[in-house]
Amino acid sequence: MAESQTQNPLSRFAERIGRGAVSGIEELGTCGVLVVESLYWLVAGPRLRQPVRLGAVFVQMMEIGIKAIPIVAMMAGTIGVMLAIQGIHTLKIFGAESRVVVGIAFSVVREFAPLITGIIVAGRSGSALAARLGTMKISQEIDALHVMGINPTRYLVVPAFLSLVVMVPSLTLLSDFVGLFSAGLYVGADLGISMAAYVDQTIEVLSLDDLTHGLGKSVIFGVLIAVIGVVNGASVTGGAEGVGRVTTRAVVQAISAIVVTDMLFAFVATR
Amino acid sequence: MAAPSKDTTAAPVIEVEDLVTHYGPRMILKGVDMDVKEGEIMVIMGGSGSGKSTLLRHLMALEYPTSGIIRLLGQDVGALGTLEMLDLRKRLGVAFQGGALFSSMTVGENIMLPLSEHTDLDPMTMQIMARIKLEVVNLAGFEDLMPSELSGGMIKRAAVARAIIMDPKILFCDEPSAGLDPAVASALDDLLLRLRDAMGMSIVVVTHELDSAFKIADRITVLDQGKILFIGPTDELRNHKSERIQNLLNRRAEEEVLDVDAYLSRLTGVTVDGGASL
Ligand SMILES: Nc1ncnc2c1ncn2[C@@H]1O[C@H](COP(=O)(O)OP(=O)(O)O)[C@@H](O)[C@H]1O
Ligand SMILES: [Mg+2]
Repeated sequence: MAESQTQNPLSRFAERIGRGAVSGIEELGTCGVLVVESLYWLVAGPRLRQPVRLGAVFVQMMEIGIKAIPIVAMMAGTIGVMLAIQGIHTLKIFGAESRVVVGIAFSVVREFAPLITGIIVAGRSGSALAARLGTMKISQEIDALHVMGINPTRYLVVPAFLSLVVMVPSLTLLSDFVGLFSAGLYVGADLGISMAAYVDQTIEVLSLDDLTHGLGKSVIFGVLIAVIGVVNGASVTGGAEGVGRVTTRAVVQAISAIVVTDMLFAFVATR
Repeated sequence: MAAPSKDTTAAPVIEVEDLVTHYGPRMILKGVDMDVKEGEIMVIMGGSGSGKSTLLRHLMALEYPTSGIIRLLGQDVGALGTLEMLDLRKRLGVAFQGGALFSSMTVGENIMLPLSEHTDLDPMTMQIMARIKLEVVNLAGFEDLMPSELSGGMIKRAAVARAIIMDPKILFCDEPSAGLDPAVASALDDLLLRLRDAMGMSIVVVTHELDSAFKIADRITVLDQGKILFIGPTDELRNHKSERIQNLLNRRAEEEVLDVDAYLSRLTGVTVDGGASL
């Protein structure tokens, strides 16, 4: 400590970056271990007489997936209308408003449906996961599971993990439909295209590849939300305040990770 | 080296040899040797920060030492595989300091959790077993309440009920009477004595309540800065000649007196001597 204070500001700055990088890499390592451990319990649990409980998975799916339907649908619908407004406005410059359907179809299915779904789930469930695990850690409930011979990864993490990996794509599919539909309503009203014609055009431009691109991405978003929520929850120190801190951190990190991953996907997919 | 117990016939359920542990670079336990015999209550005492909780966490295999051996029920915990560890855990019970009841489950569900996770019993049988344990800890009829609806003493008793649901060979309790009023604390002491006498459990209790320790302990371990200062029968400790130990036993009373003096002198701006009164 004393040594670093005597160094010049530049090397102190370098040291800070170095430390940051090391702890960042350590955290990535923790995330990797967590994924491997979750898969291990999923596969080896039954042999160890510690199967992952379907009941718990079901409860989590309700909480993460079903209860998120209203808000996800509402936001996807809003985004659909927003894309329609913006698309028509932009294309008018070239007198090509009628081509808006192409833009909407690609934008919703490849980008906006996965993105908005991921962000909402991160805010709802990533935070809840971090808060629950953090609270359980400081109240020694995690220790209690350990000493009862109940592996906390198997009992708490895997159900949430599975649910996120299944539910984020499911909700994304819902967002696809709602987003496209609400955009269609707006386009119909503004440009006088019938819904049938809109649907025909949309189906024509979209390929299975576009759909799997969006859904595949959303599976990764689910993994990111789970891992970031768990790692933050498990790293809590110092009481209720600490839980608040890691909860916020989990949401910010998850949304950042989702946006960056999305950009990387777009970059790779358009090469 | 563990001091010989009076009851040399009983086999040890816990054996600790030269236990050394670190948190980061800091050495916390500095070579601890001790044992716990079958059917006895071993109380671990010592000042705050002396390593009591750390020792307990190692005894219940929640943490693993830097070096040294811990044998629980004859098995070296460092050498156990996942399945063997699981079987061992089913024979240990732990009541944590704050209870550590799962806040999303009822008291009854909390107590049944080890059964529903480790056995194929039908729900009816599990409920009956949970109710029996609740009766043992004097909480009959509370199974449908949530932990948040219980008082501090009730939470600790529910935690004991959960700890003994699988009829463990060894029960660990961290500060069972901390934060409770004397009558409730005394009832918890009686409960531990009952578990030893009626069920033959070996019990390891961490406490800094002197009265409670002398009431329940068969033997006492005194930790001081990560080393064992004393281990032996309760009477032997009570009559111990060593000034160090007598100081430790009386320390709490001293600290209170000192606190009052410091407080008064801060209030009045003068040093209060022994005879000062308000
Ligand atoms: N998780 C931990 N990380 C770092 N240091 C710890 C941790 N737990 C305890 N310690 C330190 O170990 C020492 C012994 O702690 P503990 O076993 O809790 O003492 P006691 O229970 O006797 O009060 C203390 O100095 C404490 O600061
Ligand atoms: Mg302690």
